[in-house]
Amino acid sequence: MTCDETRLLLHAYLDDELDAAQSASLLAHLGACNACAARYADHAQLRTALAQPALYRRAPDALRARWRATAPVAAPASTTARPRRGPLAFALAAGFAGALLLTSPAWIGSLRAPGTADDALVAQAVSGHLRSLQPQHLMDVASTDRHTVKPWFEGRLDFSPEVKDLAGQGFPLAGGRLDVVGGRTVAALVYRRHLHVINVFQWPGEAAADPQPYRQHGYTAIEWSGGGMRYVAVSDLNEAELRQFVREYREGAPLR
Amino acid sequence: MSADSFAAAPTDAVTMARFEAVVLPWFDAAYNLARWLVRNDADAQDVVQESLLRALRYFGSFRGGDARVWLLAIVRNTCYTLHARHAPESQRESLDDEVLALPDEGPSPEARTLLAVDIGSLQQALERLPPPLREVIVLRELEECSYKEIAAVTGQKIGTVMSRLARARERLRADLSPPSTEAGRHDVR
Ligand SMILES: [Zn+2]
Repeated sequence: MTCDETRLLLHAYLDDELDAAQSASLLAHLGACNACAARYADHAQLRTALAQPALYRRAPDALRARWRATAPVAAPASTTARPRRGPLAFALAAGFAGALLLTSPAWIGSLRAPGTADDALVAQAVSGHLRSLQPQHLMDVASTDRHTVKPWFEGRLDFSPEVKDLAGQGFPLAGGRLDVVGGRTVAALVYRRHLHVINVFQWPGEAAADPQPYRQHGYTAIEWSGGGMRYVAVSDLNEAELRQFVREYREGAPLR
Repeated sequence: MSADSFAAAPTDAVTMARFEAVVLPWFDAAYNLARWLVRNDADAQDVVQESLLRALRYFGSFRGGDARVWLLAIVRNTCYTLHARHAPESQRESLDDEVLALPDEGPSPEARTLLAVDIGSLQQALERLPPPLREVIVLRELEECSYKEIAAVTGQKIGTVMSRLARARERLRADLSPPSTEAGRHDVR
């Protein structure tokens, strides 16, 4: 490698964009050429210096407030003015720092007939589903293997969630995470159907008798209970496919 | 409450919720890029506000993928359209000569002393870079984008990204180096 090539490629090396062969060649040159080694040292120092957090310009609060005030749809939603527990509090409780920027969509609290606690829980499950679609938020444990997913929950929950392998039925398991519904920590299992995501929330309890599927804005939530556990499956899948998923899930052999 | 209550804007409500979940996590990233490109708070705030409105308008055409890259590309375009004076056109003539045009300045290895890397010096040096070089540095060093992501944000080839980064860093290095008594040609052979 020549000095001219080194002058260009040392940057790719610093940025971890150089392949192994070129990296070796570059390092060999740096070992043999004082001028390039000095240049490299300067750029490494410069990189470190540029990583100082004080150079990063964070958005001022006033700008966030301005966006909220003028966001075209936030205004009508907020006119419902329903007292609600913000997903922010839930997110913080669950340690989802990444969810900090989520505002609480007021319509979530109004999805079904008001007044019943059960409806509020389902609405929160839908909210959790939406929250999970945020990048890096879908899974805390990513695995297609239920034998990995199930133990991951051990010690993180006060119950042992039921994890089922539905890959053979066309619903591969993608992973799991903790979420919060109704103020309690619940298990959220993530399954996939083609490009769609299905969140299955579960926690100990009983669903109301004969819960109806709930549909709004392209999302469907189906609620059921069994074995002392309460479940809500949420997805943007069409209702027929989500029903099929629930059927397979209920009939699938539990993992012991 | 029945669905009728939302008949006015049902799609908008869910779009907004998705938008908030997918795009708004990159609010700081949007501001950081805008602030470094336009170099003052008021203009940067206008750019971000306008960028988010545009992003929301186009959100229906966002088909998954990297929302940060998508938003940053919108912010960049908004900077250059709202603030034509920051546009890269004025510098373009000197930026198409790529790889071989690395500047040759810099202290000689023997005389080398530490670069001035205090925050104030760095900030001034960054602000002195022409926009096409400043944007790659900000995306790479502050936003920690990969070359591929920078290429996607700026609409350039990866090779262009790499050579611009090299040029930008050489400029910073020269700018931050203490004046040298002898012009160094020692490092070329
Ligand atoms: Zn060399």
